[in-house]
Amino acid sequence: MLILRCPYCGVETDETDLQGGGQAHLKREGPGSSDDDFEDYLFMRENPKGVHFERWRHVYGCGKWFLAARCTNTLEVFGTYPAQTLEPPQEIKDKITAKRPGWSWGTFQ
Amino acid sequence: MSTRLASQGRLINKDKAVAFTFNGKHLQGFEGDTLASALLANDQMLIGRSFKYHRPRGVVASGAEEPNGLVNLGKGASFEPNARVTTTELFEGLTATSQNHWPTLEFDVGAINTQLSRFLPAGFYYKMFMYPRSFWKHVYEPIIRKSAGLGKAPKDRDHDTYEHFHTHVDVLVVGGGIAGLAAAKAAGERGARVLLIEQTADWGGRAVVDTPTVDGIPAQEWINNTIQVLENMHNVDMRLRCMGAGVYDHGYTLAYERLTDHAPGDEGPRHRLWCIRAKQIVTATGAIERPLSFAANDLPGVLLASAVRDYAVNFGVSIGDRTVVVTNNDDAYRTAIVLKEAGLDVPVIVDARVQAEGELIDRARALGIRVEMGKGVASVKGGKRVTGVALCAQAGEGAVLEEIDCDCVAMSGGWSPVVHLWSHCGGKLDWDADQVMFRPDPERAPTGADGQAFVITAGVANGHLFTAEAVSDGWAAGRAAAKAAGYTKRGAQAPMGEDAAEGPISPVWLMPQGARHALRAKAWLDFQNDVKVSDVQLAAQEGFESVEHAKRYTTLGMATDQGKLSNINGLAILSQSLNADIPNVGTTTFRPPYTPISMASIAGVARDDLFQPIRMTPVSEWSNNNGADNEPVGQWRRPFAYVRPGESVQTAVNREVKNTRENLGLLDASTLGKLIVKGPDAGKFLDMMYTNMMSTLPVGKCRYGLMCSENGFLSDDGVVVRMAEDTWLCHTTTGGAEHIHAHMEDWLQCEWWDWKVYVANVTEQYAQIAVVGPHARKLLRKLGGMDVSAEALPFMQWREGKIGDFDARVFRISFSGELSYEIAVPAGQGAAFWEALMEAGEEFGIMPYGTETLHILRAEKGFIMIGDETDGTVIPQDLNLQWALSKKKEDYLGKRAHERSHMADPDRWKLVGLATEDGSVLPDGAYAIAEGENANGQRNTQGRVTSTYYSANLERGIAMGLVHKGPERMGEVIEFNKVDGTTVRAKIVDPVFYDKDGEKQNV
Repeated sequence: MLILRCPYCGVETDETDLQGGGQAHLKREGPGSSDDDFEDYLFMRENPKGVHFERWRHVYGCGKWFLAARCTNTLEVFGTYPAQTLEPPQEIKDKITAKRPGWSWGTFQ
Repeated sequence: MSTRLASQGRLINKDKAVAFTFNGKHLQGFEGDTLASALLANDQMLIGRSFKYHRPRGVVASGAEEPNGLVNLGKGASFEPNARVTTTELFEGLTATSQNHWPTLEFDVGAINTQLSRFLPAGFYYKMFMYPRSFWKHVYEPIIRKSAGLGKAPKDRDHDTYEHFHTHVDVLVVGGGIAGLAAAKAAGERGARVLLIEQTADWGGRAVVDTPTVDGIPAQEWINNTIQVLENMHNVDMRLRCMGAGVYDHGYTLAYERLTDHAPGDEGPRHRLWCIRAKQIVTATGAIERPLSFAANDLPGVLLASAVRDYAVNFGVSIGDRTVVVTNNDDAYRTAIVLKEAGLDVPVIVDARVQAEGELIDRARALGIRVEMGKGVASVKGGKRVTGVALCAQAGEGAVLEEIDCDCVAMSGGWSPVVHLWSHCGGKLDWDADQVMFRPDPERAPTGADGQAFVITAGVANGHLFTAEAVSDGWAAGRAAAKAAGYTKRGAQAPMGEDAAEGPISPVWLMPQGARHALRAKAWLDFQNDVKVSDVQLAAQEGFESVEHAKRYTTLGMATDQGKLSNINGLAILSQSLNADIPNVGTTTFRPPYTPISMASIAGVARDDLFQPIRMTPVSEWSNNNGADNEPVGQWRRPFAYVRPGESVQTAVNREVKNTRENLGLLDASTLGKLIVKGPDAGKFLDMMYTNMMSTLPVGKCRYGLMCSENGFLSDDGVVVRMAEDTWLCHTTTGGAEHIHAHMEDWLQCEWWDWKVYVANVTEQYAQIAVVGPHARKLLRKLGGMDVSAEALPFMQWREGKIGDFDARVFRISFSGELSYEIAVPAGQGAAFWEALMEAGEEFGIMPYGTETLHILRAEKGFIMIGDETDGTVIPQDLNLQWALSKKKEDYLGKRAHERSHMADPDRWKLVGLATEDGSVLPDGAYAIAEGENANGQRNTQGRVTSTYYSANLERGIAMGLVHKGPERMGEVIEFNKVDGTTVRAKIVDPVFYDKDGEKQNV
């Protein structure tokens, strides 16, 4: 059972207080998008053994959605950050690079 | 025979006799006995029958790894199957019965299976019971089900209580042997908060049996001293009878404490499940001795050498007068020495090693014990218990050299560290070829959130089998764990242990090495699931090469003991069969819990009223006092109907349905979700949330809205109300308030975070009451207050004001097709408002109605219900709700999805009404059959029933359903399957059965 730090209220919170929301940094495709792009948005997900970015909501706490960068293999957490962003903060990307040189995920590296 | 010795027995109190029964026989043991030691002291060697062949079985081990000694414990409300006799502490009045036999333990008809064993190989069930197909359901399965399983499930309600306990510690030490004690002391001295748990009722582990010295004093004395030191440390907690069950992500650990199993009747919970967050975990879980695989190694009287020693030293019980010791290592010599020194006979030590020297071997020889090197056991003699062994050369095929009479065989195939907790959360193992065992690889430990190891393994569990290494390793682990948790105070020096030096072990996986098939087919690996050497070899031969496949094919290690004795022996046999190295074959996955834990401990206090919170409306109390027959709707309990004395539920529903149409009905609609959406961008936001346009809704008006997921499927519906220029009130379904609120928050926080909108869930702030029926307006006028005339408050509008003395928001909306006002008042006024309406409505024939009437009234009108007409695969177009899909809006959730080819497919099933020709009620969920069969030979279908009721107003069954091209097939008759195999014919009709022009609601 994971422990993640809520970046809003600062609480080191148990997974039971959180709600998982799947993969982070999806780009929404709306009307006008191609079938392929829309299918990717709806159904295609990363499933790495390693660095991953996820959505979590502090549902039994402050109610805020946040994003987490962690390793699905070793359970190491590289950091959590507010959901109001299109890509991970540089500081977190640097931290991942220090621990997992040469990592990449989607369009990030 | 097995009996009590005059001397020895460090755990028992011979001054205090304890009476118990086994299969109705009255027996006596002593305080401190386990059920196993007490049974053995009474010469009860035969304890159960095996799972598959019903072979007679007795105790093999002395601890948690015991595979055979499973009994039914207690009766009635405290009945418990599959209790391990070795971990069941004896108490006055204990009643145990043996299991898995018929008619009696001594004479078991199922034992015929052992004669048939050559016809019951691994995979037998898979191969045998394939054909003919129809036999599976009617012949094979009932018979197999009857004979399968170990104990029987309890039938009565469990009267004991159980609880969960949550705690955070710096260092959790699992295992109270010398390594665990040293670890706890080292961590405690450095200032860490320590929790030390031990699964048995006593501290000290095996060291107290083998009597080494620690810090120059006998182990028992050192243990006593250490316990005293630990008890005086305010930062150390200690728990006996508390088993480390599982290690999970980021240091989460479950432990299972058995509080009153040994003392039933004591106050308090029976079991406690500890939910522990530990910064560091030290697993000092010791090791388990492995059996040796020789023919008939499962007979009662063949035990692990360590168990024979434990019973003698701890409980003063001798398994037999003449014990043959069979071994591939020095440790088993300790058993021979203990027995000989207790005055018992050890005719021979059979050592499979060609040559071995060491202190223990010398001591055994000095006691006059015959030692046979390079020999093995060809087979064990005896029926229901051991009568002798046949010796052979270990290197040969089993030619008998000599037969020796004995009544006990003590076997030792070496020791396997208990690596379960290390492995649960990803710790990896190394194969130690010298010591012939898997041991934790500290370089590949389970890692926590910081990427650092959070489990340290210590002592014997870490592969340090000897006292000196084990105790200092425990100390080092405790120190390292405290340091990792941030505690660096200085503590005492490492303890020094000393015991007899031992020579190297030699791997022996089969005895004799070249055993013929007849011997291999009697050499048991897994006692509990009846898996033999020949079965694993057959699995390999038939292509089940992966250890995980071989496990499932043979069921090796799949019983309640999870292969504690059998896994390593089994995979060694598999690796030999595959001609591969043991580490290349690998182990199966270790999964929690370490030993079985009670289901009740998992539930804890979550039962009866505490199972889940029940949500009440301000009207619930009145309803419960007035005949409400409740049904669960999410966490709410809503009245299904208000049943009057002498009425059936169906009669009550029919009465409510008619009365609401003819006179006046009252519905507690407080459970409907109420979300306030407010802000400068609220209109823009709701235009994205709903398929229809909400930003243009004028203040004072209401509009029915649909919500879709981004997949395009209908997710919720309800009436949206424009309360002010920047404020909307969104009604959701009863079950939808929380998740629709969450859905809105998700989009606001994660997609359109720059939009200025707040959402508040005010569901419980208001009581909402629907006043429904032809007399609705008369009732409100009688109460006085605001103008509710058709002119002042037209259909689909709302006003705020007073009804009587109550502060009210009155919405003129209708889910019944009647003249209807839904009135929200502050929750605190709800009960009084309801009662005022009931009282004033008496002259108009008012009756409260429940959810079934709500459903019937809406179905008569063809209104859809989320969860009935929708199931997560239904889109608005399927329900003929195209009118609610805005064409003006560029975008809303689900719009793009509706353009996908499958969504626009003209062959989708669509909503229609269904009228049976005979007026009967269609079965709910029934499928309409079509011509032909599908690829699986099943009848094709062309539709299904989504809602079906008896309408008292129409005096016939009415239904809605989704039918292939339904709206184009009006008037056609289709057939629906019934559960009894017959069919019923129904005509496709308009889903609006009642008041098609909507005259009744628009007055």
